[in-house]
Amino acid sequence: MSHSFKQDCSRAPTSLRVQKINSPTLQVAVTVHIDDREIEVPVGTTILEAARQVGIHIPTLCFHEDLCVAGVCRICVVEVEGHRNLEAACAYPITAPITVRTHTRKVRMARRHILDLMLSEHYGECYACFRNNNCELQALAQEYGVDFFRFGHPEKPRYEIDRSSHSVIRDMDKCILCRRCVRTCIDLQEVGVLEVDKRSNQSKIITFGDKPLGDVICINCGQCINRCPTGALRANDPTDEVWAAIDDPSKHVVIQTAPSPRAGIGECFGLEPGVPLTFEMNTALKECGFDKVFDTNFAADLTIIEEGTELLLRLHKALVEQDAAPALPQFTSCSPGWVKYLEHFYPEYIPNLSSAKSPQQMFGSVIKTYYAQLNDIDPQDIVTVALMPCSAKKFECNRPEMCDSGFKDIDYGLTTRELAQMISEAGIDLPAMPKSDFDDPFGTATGSGVIFGATGGVMEAALRSVIELVCGIKVEDLFEHADIIPVRGFEGIRFMELPIKKTGPVPELLAGLVDDWTWLEGATLKVAVAHGTANAKKVMDDIKAGGRCSECHFIEFMACPGGCLGGGGQPIPTSPAIREARAKAIYAEDAAYEIRKSHENPAITKIYGEFLTDGPGGLLSHKLLHTQYTPRGKYIV
Amino acid sequence: MLVSEREQLRGNIEAWVEQYGSNRSALIPVLEEVQRKYSHISEYVMQVVADILDIHPVEVSGVVSFYSFLGRKPKGRFIIRLCRTISCEMQGKDRVARQLENDLGILFGETTADGNFTLEWANCLGMCDQGPALLVNERIYTQVTPETVHDILEECRRTFGVYAPQLTEEYA
Amino acid sequence: MKTTDTSKMTFAQVESQRGLESALKMQPDEVRRTIADSGLKGRGGAGFPTSTKWNFAAETVGDLKYVVCNADEGEPGTFKDRVILTDFSDLVFEGMTIGGHAIGASKGIVYLRGEYTYLRQLLEGKLEERRRTGLLGKNVLGTSGFDFDIEIRMGAGAYVCGEETALIESLEGQRGEPRNRPPFPVNTGFMGRPTIVNNVETFAWVTCILVKGSKWFEKIGTETSHGLKLFSVSGDCRASGVFEFPLGITIKELLKKVGGENAKAVQVGGAAGHCVPASEFGRAIAFEDLSTGGSIIVFGPGRDMLHVAQNFMEFFKDESCGQCTPCREGNARLLEGIEMLEQGNCSMKYLRDLCRLGETMQLASKCGLGQSSPNAFLSIVEHFKDEIMGRIPAAC
Repeated sequence: MSHSFKQDCSRAPTSLRVQKINSPTLQVAVTVHIDDREIEVPVGTTILEAARQVGIHIPTLCFHEDLCVAGVCRICVVEVEGHRNLEAACAYPITAPITVRTHTRKVRMARRHILDLMLSEHYGECYACFRNNNCELQALAQEYGVDFFRFGHPEKPRYEIDRSSHSVIRDMDKCILCRRCVRTCIDLQEVGVLEVDKRSNQSKIITFGDKPLGDVICINCGQCINRCPTGALRANDPTDEVWAAIDDPSKHVVIQTAPSPRAGIGECFGLEPGVPLTFEMNTALKECGFDKVFDTNFAADLTIIEEGTELLLRLHKALVEQDAAPALPQFTSCSPGWVKYLEHFYPEYIPNLSSAKSPQQMFGSVIKTYYAQLNDIDPQDIVTVALMPCSAKKFECNRPEMCDSGFKDIDYGLTTRELAQMISEAGIDLPAMPKSDFDDPFGTATGSGVIFGATGGVMEAALRSVIELVCGIKVEDLFEHADIIPVRGFEGIRFMELPIKKTGPVPELLAGLVDDWTWLEGATLKVAVAHGTANAKKVMDDIKAGGRCSECHFIEFMACPGGCLGGGGQPIPTSPAIREARAKAIYAEDAAYEIRKSHENPAITKIYGEFLTDGPGGLLSHKLLHTQYTPRGKYIV
Repeated sequence: MLVSEREQLRGNIEAWVEQYGSNRSALIPVLEEVQRKYSHISEYVMQVVADILDIHPVEVSGVVSFYSFLGRKPKGRFIIRLCRTISCEMQGKDRVARQLENDLGILFGETTADGNFTLEWANCLGMCDQGPALLVNERIYTQVTPETVHDILEECRRTFGVYAPQLTEEYA
Repeated sequence: MKTTDTSKMTFAQVESQRGLESALKMQPDEVRRTIADSGLKGRGGAGFPTSTKWNFAAETVGDLKYVVCNADEGEPGTFKDRVILTDFSDLVFEGMTIGGHAIGASKGIVYLRGEYTYLRQLLEGKLEERRRTGLLGKNVLGTSGFDFDIEIRMGAGAYVCGEETALIESLEGQRGEPRNRPPFPVNTGFMGRPTIVNNVETFAWVTCILVKGSKWFEKIGTETSHGLKLFSVSGDCRASGVFEFPLGITIKELLKKVGGENAKAVQVGGAAGHCVPASEFGRAIAFEDLSTGGSIIVFGPGRDMLHVAQNFMEFFKDESCGQCTPCREGNARLLEGIEMLEQGNCSMKYLRDLCRLGETMQLASKCGLGQSSPNAFLSIVEHFKDEIMGRIPAAC
């Protein structure tokens, strides 16, 4: 699988890019000696990469696998024979045979000094920090035996903590200027909220005009949080409120859990990435005191039905009603980071966004209406909590329009990390928990809902249903095991074309929408998938320019690299390998489900039969399950 | 700023981008033009420039904040930059600084209430053999004494009403 | 504002246009060989052999290459480039054009520091004249196929942009933050193209060498430091200004010529250089001993060396680009240390810690600025310990 993030830094400041060596005279491979170990590497391999290949540990801090090389923290310095100065291992491409020593006196002294210097500006007590025991600076201090502050230590905080955002909190007192957040925001995500301001020791990471994060064009993706080595960036944590709700006997507290946290939470309990703990978590949540545990996948299936219906109606408009300007391609709307990105950067394309709410918000309004009625609970007493891999979900549930149930549809968004914290606070050893199922009436959903967690998953789920509902055939007739491989993977932008040779009868669920599907016969459904907003930008610019993407009918966008499994609320650290492991877990879970298509979910049939009786895209579903968007633009006054 | 001036400003920026090329390499020359004409680079300007060059406003802001001669806050019509580096220091820059502060009634880093003068420090102006040296906008003064500070300020005041950039041509 | 009489300098005796004429008669590699034979090393201070740099750039394949003249003269105590640009800019432009021919570049850029904006019109005028007379533009001097033009780009007040990769970043519209190296600009420079960045003075000497021959230049100076060099002299001496001396001159000889014999110390190389005490005035100014871009600051017997160190550290604390830890934080800690010394409350142990920190900064900083920023502090502490330790602060 190729990860198209690391290399693609076309807009990054040149100094932060790994520059290509362009000289034909260079040999293809060179021999390097590192601490008496010999290795042959291709020209351009960095010392760090070479050292890792032979199992030699070199400490790093500003280096991150997902990001362009900066070479600024200097903790990875090593001695290269014949060089007057030490070289940063992460930023030194090998072009000739060299001999490297990784722990000489000079190297050890320099590293220790660099740590001392960082600590001389890093305010914060480790035991009062959410990154305690998961902090790269702390780990280095331990590795190098720091037992006093050689060059002093700030005694008082110097900055006010920025709590203006629903999603991301910034505490500049803990910042060590490694610039990972800047590289994440500007080149990985191309959002451009964070940048270095000023120079010398006056330099600081700021937003445009040093405005509060809540007032700038931040899309809340939280990717900066995942890559911050210290506690300078964190998510806005509502666990106190959630505990308070649990402790309040008059409140009925329900939690829905999204697929990605299940694939990631094990990492917070010392497990290897990619060990799903779905059913253990159900038990743990009950132990914590949640009254009901629901599966967000139910709402994901609901989303597929609503969003798919919307797509078919748009296609009908274009092909049958000859609408001159149908809002096609239709864009998915389940990633709140992507939605806010579009609202800021491409507000003119808001009509293309599916009006369907994200699964989190759909579930919220369903719980406070349908579920409340079924169980005869006053919705005022229901507290809805959503466990999400996402920091933008916190912003989403606080959008003023998200109260179609008459109440705030989702009260609190919890990240994977925050839930792990709650579970450990409750003294529960999650991996050791017995398994238990989700609660009714929504029960366990389908494999289609599960794969929402990976990039391409929404598209795959939608295609599974569209193929069956429209063509009247089995997905398995076209794709082995109903695995639609072309939309999977980590390629930044992926395309797929699906010729519709013949159509089937209109299924009962969609009866009344259209008379038949024959108008789709002979058409080719063109879809695309993009993850990471840098790739989203490419797609959007291509659409503007009338390129290949503009011919698509449906495009899945995820704000985070890898999709939700790489979300800003997932366990720290993140890397291509970790995301791949989580994806594997998600696809394995999908494969294990008996029902793997959204429209076959019995709970879906039930809710349309009992509650949303005017069907997908009907009046009630429009009131409860759809929303509208805000053109925000990017100019700030 | 009047709305009409704002429109004009955008027009100016577009013209400068046209002149220097519409890629990031044109960023600093364009910012220098803005700085010269408007004596600061406002948030609005940074966003317009970013938009035209297809970069992020925060990147423009990062660039502006990096260079001493670019600034985000409005400054005086005459920016006086006194060299504080060693050779000028040895030749008595402290006394010149004191006199400047006295005569203008402001401290370094400040701007006079009438918006005429801003006092700033500069690092080595390359006039070490003729210090103390100071720059008034783009004009260099050397061997400045506490006494000549007055003359320099008077000279500036006499050109009051002449827009600062035009000084360049006069003294070039 | 002129104090230096430049009429007796070598530059004044070299006829403009002759260097370019003779270069254009040669093949590019012959030009580079001539420069190699002269032994010319970079006049900005680092002393990298000019021909080696040019050879790398010439060997790198690229349809577009750049010749950049580093006129971001910002080192405290240095002003020779200002004098050269004022009186001999033709030699500089000619040297750049020769460089263009030697490496196969068609575009030259002068990166002029913002503080020298008043020179811009003069230089633009000179360039215009050169274009008119066929010394720039299409088919330079009638040489078909050799096009070369020069553009002036202004700096905006950042000392670090004198570092060649920071300069390139600045040209590209970025914060002037030095890049990781390798790759070097000769391989991947401005806009990713092969680029040579040379000092103003280097280009002027290139022209002289092509006029007067490499032998002439090679014979002057020491075994490893050839030729003449301009020095910017300031401080406690009778004759400050720009002087031309052969490399290898001792500090003692130099002081004699400028009337600074009673100096207690000399700062060679500006803030980034070394502070040499009187006991070491026999040392030579050459790449193998005291390397410098030409800044000589003379400190008379009455000067407080701690104040000198403080001035330099304030400079670096302000001018560090701030990206790498050793330079960003290190300079701030050294300056705090000086303030402690001033107050008389810096322990010997802490001073030693700071000196070791200085060593780390030299070893581990990302660019030349950080690597050289503790030099002044370290040499002053080393040579003037008696003067700076155990101070009794002035009564408050």
